[in-house]
Amino acid sequence: MSAVPVPPVIETTDLVRRFGDLAAVNGVSFSVAPAEIFGLIGPNGAGKSTLIKMLTTLLPPTSGRARVAGFDVSKAPAQVRRHIGYVPQLLSSDRELTGYENLVLSARLYLVPREQRNDRIEQAIAMMKLGDARDRLVGSYSGGMLRRLEIAQSTLHQPAVLILDEPTVGLDPGGRHTVWDHVRSLNRELGMAVLLTTHYMDEAQELCHRVAMIYAGKLSAIGTPDELTRLYAPGGTLDDVYQNIISRDEAAGP
Amino acid sequence: MTAARQDIGTTESARDYVTHVFAVADAEFHKLMHDPLELFSRAIQPVLWLVLFGEVMAQVHGITSEGQRYVDFLAPGILAQSVLFVSIFYGISAIWERDLGVLHRYMVSPAPRSALVLGKALSSNVRALSQAVVVYVCAVLLGVSMDVDPVHILAVVALIALGSALFSTFSLIIACIVKTRERFMGIGQVLTMPIFFASNAIYPIAIMPAWLKIIAIVNPLTYEVDGLRAMMLRGSTSGLGLATDFAVLSAVFAGLLLIATRFYPRMTE
Repeated sequence: MSAVPVPPVIETTDLVRRFGDLAAVNGVSFSVAPAEIFGLIGPNGAGKSTLIKMLTTLLPPTSGRARVAGFDVSKAPAQVRRHIGYVPQLLSSDRELTGYENLVLSARLYLVPREQRNDRIEQAIAMMKLGDARDRLVGSYSGGMLRRLEIAQSTLHQPAVLILDEPTVGLDPGGRHTVWDHVRSLNRELGMAVLLTTHYMDEAQELCHRVAMIYAGKLSAIGTPDELTRLYAPGGTLDDVYQNIISRDEAAGP
Repeated sequence: MTAARQDIGTTESARDYVTHVFAVADAEFHKLMHDPLELFSRAIQPVLWLVLFGEVMAQVHGITSEGQRYVDFLAPGILAQSVLFVSIFYGISAIWERDLGVLHRYMVSPAPRSALVLGKALSSNVRALSQAVVVYVCAVLLGVSMDVDPVHILAVVALIALGSALFSTFSLIIACIVKTRERFMGIGQVLTMPIFFASNAIYPIAIMPAWLKIIAIVNPLTYEVDGLRAMMLRGSTSGLGLATDFAVLSAVFAGLLLIATRFYPRMTE
């Protein structure tokens, strides 16, 4: 790391989103450095998806601020969208198109310059090992192939940050490792920052430089996987950290 | 809300805008080409209307003016009806896309919302124009004296494009409001029939009771039918004025486009 402070690629300050009386996200502040792989962990309903929706401009915050790739999500949503890649939990490839057609669609939506379109698409197909399946309808893809296509189509425009919502749910161990490898190589080779949500502690331990635990709309802990185990479950695993923090927060009440 | 509002003001170059509209329309076109069976199954309904309904109603006198065959009168009306029917259930695909997650992909992309709506509207043209081919062939076989002036055929294409864009955007707005497929199916049926029957598609406005005339006059389908009747049939003229037909259809479409641009992004919230 250089001595010059690098502006974070994601930065939120007291971010809040209410649905009626319920604060799904309740004052969340954190930042993600460029070239960092950052994990958000938390049980279902903790506020992960709402947080992601705000960072991807799908949902406006009730209060607080969020800047992504240097742009405010409320004031410059279009700029934010240009600089992020997003792989939603519900897979977003069109099943009635081929893999190649899906990539063309994304390249156009993200305004990849026409003269670079083909090269980028071919590179992505090669990198994600989708060569044999490129002209097949996506409806016939396996879960692992779908994830790879999703990652390919959301990184064609070389975003500053890639946001993945539970990227390995439903994959077999082989498929999970392949996704991890691809995320790592995008991070290392292209310097892309990665923000991902996950339920799997091994995924967080294995893949993430830093993780944040979210519970009942608030951040409970943040740090490297090693820091968190040292602090919350000495000698244990990230799984123990998770359990300890959850029981502590449950005891403390909302 | 703030995010959605600001998107409307998003400025991008005309070239980027066209790329975005084309990206959406082209993807829809490829989807249709992978499964063209739909186009053939949709061809059945207008044929039935023209052949069965048209032949029987031709026995009833007094619907059309002296000297005009009923099937001649009916053909443009059935084409307008087909355009309405293929477009009005368009919104259901938007609900599908939301449920599948495909909509999220569009919404997180830098494409302005109006470009997404416009792209979807344009893609409905392909289905509507394929219906026109069916109606033309059927009408010729039934001996309708069709106008083959290329300029007039171009005007027919423009009217169909405008009509299907209008009704599919209307359908998209309904989808944004009702949000579920089940409710949409119900509402779609309820809307289609009044739009169809309260128009000049299968009988002239002149024979309608006064209250129905008022509805027919504010019904965009009436202008679609009027324009088509003037341009499709040899020697026929527009009752409301061709310029009026185009102006009304364009204005209604522009209004619906604005509304849909506001509503569409809320589907992913």
